[in-house]
Amino acid sequence: MSTALWRRSAAVAGAALLLAPIAACGDSSASGSSGSEKITLTVNLFGDFGYKDLYAKYSQEHPNITVKENVTDYGTHHKNLQAHLIANAGAADIEAIEIGQVAGFTGMAAKLVDFNSQGVDKNQWSEWRWRFGSSADGKQLFGVSTDMGGLGLCYRSDMFAKAGLPTKREDVSKLINSWDDYFTAGTQFLAKYPDKSVKWFDSASNVYNAILAQAPQASYDESGKVIVDSNPDLKKAWDLTVNAVQAGQSAAIPAFTPAWNTGFAKGQFATVTCPSWMMAEIKTNAPDTKGKWDMATIPGTHGGNWGGSFLTVPKSGKHTKEAVELAKWLTAPDQEEWLFKNKGNFPSDIALWDRPDIANYTDPFFTDAPVGQIFSDSAKNLKPQPYGPHSGDIGNAIGNALVSVEQKKATPDQAWTKALADVKNVTS
Amino acid sequence: MVKRPPRAPGVKAGKRAPYAFIAPFFVVFGIFGLFPLVYTAYVSLTGWRADQPGSEHSLVGFDNYAKLLHDQFFWNALKNTVGIGILATVPQLLLALGVAHLLNYRVRGRTFFRMGVLLPNITSVAAVTIIFTQLFGRDFGLINWVLGLFGVHHIEWQAGTASSWIAIATIVTWRWTGYNALIYLASMQAIPFELYESAALDGASKWRQFWSVTVPLLRPTILFTIVVSTIGNLQLFGEPLLFSNSQSPTNGGSQHQFQTLAVYTYDQFWQKFKYGYGAAISWALFLVIVIMVGLALTLSRRLRGVSDE
Repeated sequence: MSTALWRRSAAVAGAALLLAPIAACGDSSASGSSGSEKITLTVNLFGDFGYKDLYAKYSQEHPNITVKENVTDYGTHHKNLQAHLIANAGAADIEAIEIGQVAGFTGMAAKLVDFNSQGVDKNQWSEWRWRFGSSADGKQLFGVSTDMGGLGLCYRSDMFAKAGLPTKREDVSKLINSWDDYFTAGTQFLAKYPDKSVKWFDSASNVYNAILAQAPQASYDESGKVIVDSNPDLKKAWDLTVNAVQAGQSAAIPAFTPAWNTGFAKGQFATVTCPSWMMAEIKTNAPDTKGKWDMATIPGTHGGNWGGSFLTVPKSGKHTKEAVELAKWLTAPDQEEWLFKNKGNFPSDIALWDRPDIANYTDPFFTDAPVGQIFSDSAKNLKPQPYGPHSGDIGNAIGNALVSVEQKKATPDQAWTKALADVKNVTS
Repeated sequence: MVKRPPRAPGVKAGKRAPYAFIAPFFVVFGIFGLFPLVYTAYVSLTGWRADQPGSEHSLVGFDNYAKLLHDQFFWNALKNTVGIGILATVPQLLLALGVAHLLNYRVRGRTFFRMGVLLPNITSVAAVTIIFTQLFGRDFGLINWVLGLFGVHHIEWQAGTASSWIAIATIVTWRWTGYNALIYLASMQAIPFELYESAALDGASKWRQFWSVTVPLLRPTILFTIVVSTIGNLQLFGEPLLFSNSQSPTNGGSQHQFQTLAVYTYDQFWQKFKYGYGAAISWALFLVIVIMVGLALTLSRRLRGVSDE
């Protein structure tokens, strides 16, 4: 099995979870810093950021610096970082934080290097964006913003053709304008597609996340209160999703597991809600499907953001100065552009959205879809949602409830009750 | 200093020496065993949560324990732990007894087989569980493929309560049967051959010899393995965690259907960062183990009492 298939595997995640306390001890040992001294910088990430080739380039420009990357799964990564910051030990030189988790770290801003004092201009990002990476009073910038997760709809045009659906992206965008249209098209697909084991979408949680990403609020309101049980948009996203699950539209493969990776390669579903970083998932999981995928606009409000990250430098690190330089370099315009074109991660840096190389970029993997256009439009139209310290855990709780409906082990009502109990367990 | 006449060793001159010799164990135990136990007990009386700064020393008395009694996830985890524990212990020990009996025969390559049964045990939990999770895969797993040959539709092993318990118990059984078999084998070899000889003279069959000679004489060993397996299974952690196959492995399945007590403790302590509450669950788990081991002991003693009559 290739390493790519295992990259976000839950099994490996679990193994990493068991080994984490031990692995954390193996930090770089050199101290002090000068231009020629050999330094190894460690970078902890929760997924493939596409940085591998960039490290090599950086080491060429800075021969004394080697970069070691360590990837654990989403949940484990953030939990470990929290534990390591609390303990003031064990964190890597650079640590990534995802936007749904970042609110849980604002209280620990003092343990992270302030980029304001390191020559970083926070106004290169929109205000909502840098506020997420800042301390509560807005004075300290503890994270530099990497990518953002504007939304598109990825679909298999070869499968659409066999099911009698339009294949051109303009026609697909027209046909699937609202989420209701999306599920109607799903019904049509299931009725006409010859292989009955192929479903309309991969996993309920991915559809639910995309629908909810377009709402003004998700699990928190602006005052930081959890509103899972009272937010009508959240319940609507849930209802739409579970109805589609019960109609058999979901391939019911828990997202970001080895089975899900295999699902792309085996073509077990026809559509995936596509934040920009999802393009990288598809490319690594199913390189052979190049040219079979295409991308239409996302139904609903045609906007929304799902995901995106920050890089931080814990003060407990031994080479904070060098780490800051590397973090700044990784998020600099040229590297961001390279990442978008080669990996699919769309930059959060405002100035880049109008850079012709980015705005006019078409991706051959997705049948030359104008992905640059789609994601820069979506970035400009974005209405940010408030996030809270437990956004990630709450998302997991609801995701698990959706899985139990997909597994037919709970009715939607039972699953919803369980989800609320789980949310309560997280916050109380 | 007064010069003393030499004495017999170990009477007075060496009075302190034995303590010095056993001291390392107690020092290590004190640091890594006793201190965490006591400190956890203290933490369990606080309302300490990492996401609430300053909550570190807020003493709340037995609030955490009171909360535990009304926590559906705690009772659920207890049920799962006991359920998986029974499924993993009973067939495992019976199997081990059978395997030990077979290994006790004079067969060619005996040492090879004896070492062979121990192999699953020296393989790491992570490796074994990851492989079993692949075997138990829904769409492309080997076990579902074999079941499919008999017309059984694809089972999603992680989804159901019974199916996930069986799968996890299988992993545990795979790892520990050989280990217990070797323990049984060791005490089987200590049984004098004359007993079998006279039983055979009295006309007892092999089967009768096994039940009337071997098993009764193995009782202390069986008791030992029951206690050790019970403790081990109540602390079950790695297998359910790695079997989970989801983004939140400490959830123990989409509906917590295989979240064991140890996994739930970890979930509360290291995933939700509720230190006080997590510590209370740890202590509850400790008490549960004491109770269960007591129960297992009385039960097996009573069984002996019955069969002795």
